[in-house]
Amino acid sequence: MTLEARALSIGYSDRVVGHGLDVTLAAGEVLALLGPNGSGKTTLLKTLLGLLQPLAGAVLVDGRATSELSSAELARLIAYVPQVHTPSFAFPVETVVLMGRTAHGGLFSAPSAHDRAVAADAMERFGIDHLAQRPYTMISGGERQLVLLARALAQEPKFVVLDEPTASLDFGNQGKVLSEMRALAASGHGVLFTTHDPNHALRAADRATLLRAGECIAEGPVREVLTQETLAALYDAPVDQVTDSDSDTVAFLPG
Amino acid sequence: MTRPFLPGFLIALGILIAGLLVAFLVGRYPVSIAELLDVLWSRGTGRSSNVSPAVENVVLLVRGPRVVAALLVGAALAIAGTAFQGLFRNPLVSPDILGASSGAALGAVLGIFFSLGVLMIELFAFAGGLAAVAAVYLIGSMLRSRDPVLVLVLAGVVIGALLGAGVGLIKYLADPYNQLPAMTFWLLGSLAGTTVADLLPLLGPVLIGSAVLLALRWRMNVMSLPEEEARALGVATMPMRIAIVAAATLVTAASVATSGIIGWVGLVVPHLARSLVGPDFARLLPTAALLGGGYLLFIDTLARTIAPVEIPLGILTAVIGTPFFIWLLADMQKSWSS
Repeated sequence: MTLEARALSIGYSDRVVGHGLDVTLAAGEVLALLGPNGSGKTTLLKTLLGLLQPLAGAVLVDGRATSELSSAELARLIAYVPQVHTPSFAFPVETVVLMGRTAHGGLFSAPSAHDRAVAADAMERFGIDHLAQRPYTMISGGERQLVLLARALAQEPKFVVLDEPTASLDFGNQGKVLSEMRALAASGHGVLFTTHDPNHALRAADRATLLRAGECIAEGPVREVLTQETLAALYDAPVDQVTDSDSDTVAFLPG
Repeated sequence: MTRPFLPGFLIALGILIAGLLVAFLVGRYPVSIAELLDVLWSRGTGRSSNVSPAVENVVLLVRGPRVVAALLVGAALAIAGTAFQGLFRNPLVSPDILGASSGAALGAVLGIFFSLGVLMIELFAFAGGLAAVAAVYLIGSMLRSRDPVLVLVLAGVVIGALLGAGVGLIKYLADPYNQLPAMTFWLLGSLAGTTVADLLPLLGPVLIGSAVLLALRWRMNVMSLPEEEARALGVATMPMRIAIVAAATLVTAASVATSGIIGWVGLVVPHLARSLVGPDFARLLPTAALLGGGYLLFIDTLARTIAPVEIPLGILTAVIGTPFFIWLLADMQKSWSS
């Protein structure tokens, strides 16, 4: 199964943010989306999710345009993990995860026993089952990110799209989220995430797409796409490369 | 840990029962619990009662309709407030926010100005409330914005101000001896003139609107998330928002048409209910309904007993609501800064 964008123009009715964009995400792979602030990453993400209509081109799942699908049909295919925020109401963690089951239930129905079992499995998988009855407002940022991941998993989607999943986390939780994204891909999901850190892309992604001023300037396997030259060009800033000769592991340092 | 459901629900039920007892028993003509039960029992079983006809009249004809109306109006305003606060993700929102109350006020004042009958006045209030919300919604959907909720709320404030000016103009033009007192009385809110005939036009819309909201309880949980998150979870947010606003407006307009404008109930009660049973609408809506009914029963009993003349309900709820609102604001400031 693939999530594809072809010749996509993105933006708002009064402003074109990007055009001519091609994105392909296959099941079982992790794709990282990098680009400077204002390059159109978030707009592209929202267009792929069907939250914004494409100005031209189309988003396709297995060749079928997502604009023809209902919200619920789309939600059963693609899950969205937004940036962590403070919600207005103190729902218990379990309820937040159960909200991932909404697209599987009828208009007037509340979560069933099956939904609760799926949510419990998702919480267990991310090691947050002990938080089930805690208010979502009273847990840490790292825990909230895991709750949102569990909610996406409970949605039973084919693809998971994450908006800067590591942005507000401490070092340890960043690593945890990166390896959970790998685990999602290993279980057959297609995973797409945006990040400001090329090292996170190297660590978790199979492929990378570089976005600059609304245009794709490079696309391909992370080790080929993420080089000192492309990153310097992408961010218009000096970049240092560190290579461990034993393991051939590469990392980049800004400045 | 999150709050368990049953204790909070039982507290709300207890407050409602206490409110019912107080409303039936207290007043210029005191009734004992034994007399009350006797009257209700004989009424229910069809046997003749042992109490005097005067007591029977007080319970069934004088206080009865008023008690039922207070119960329904309080529950309706609380349910509408709960729905609006969830939908706008803002705990400071109340049924007045979309112009429902001010639209209903203008409708009713117009009805009084044209010397129409009571039923027509209620119909005008109802139409005014729905028209105001429709206007607010039309403005909100014409001004496309990244934050549609904020645009809706601001449109509600603007339309509310315009409708308020309309109410002012009609009061200015009204006959100061025959019409103006009726308008003022109505704008301040009262249940004093409630009769059995008023109850059916109130009960129908309140039941329909509440049933719709209760049926959508799970969707309302999801709708309290940011717009895009709710959509990504598979909720068609636009039709859902229209359905929730329509149901909550129906409930508000029906209660405003019966009792006049009683502010603050829809703001205060949802908070109390949330602190009892948490934010899940499946628990929150029934708890808020019980609590709102009990709350208005106490307020209405106060209104007719603490002074030789009846005190308008809107004034009592404002006296209680204002300090509550300030406390809420301070409390939220605290949680925003932490």
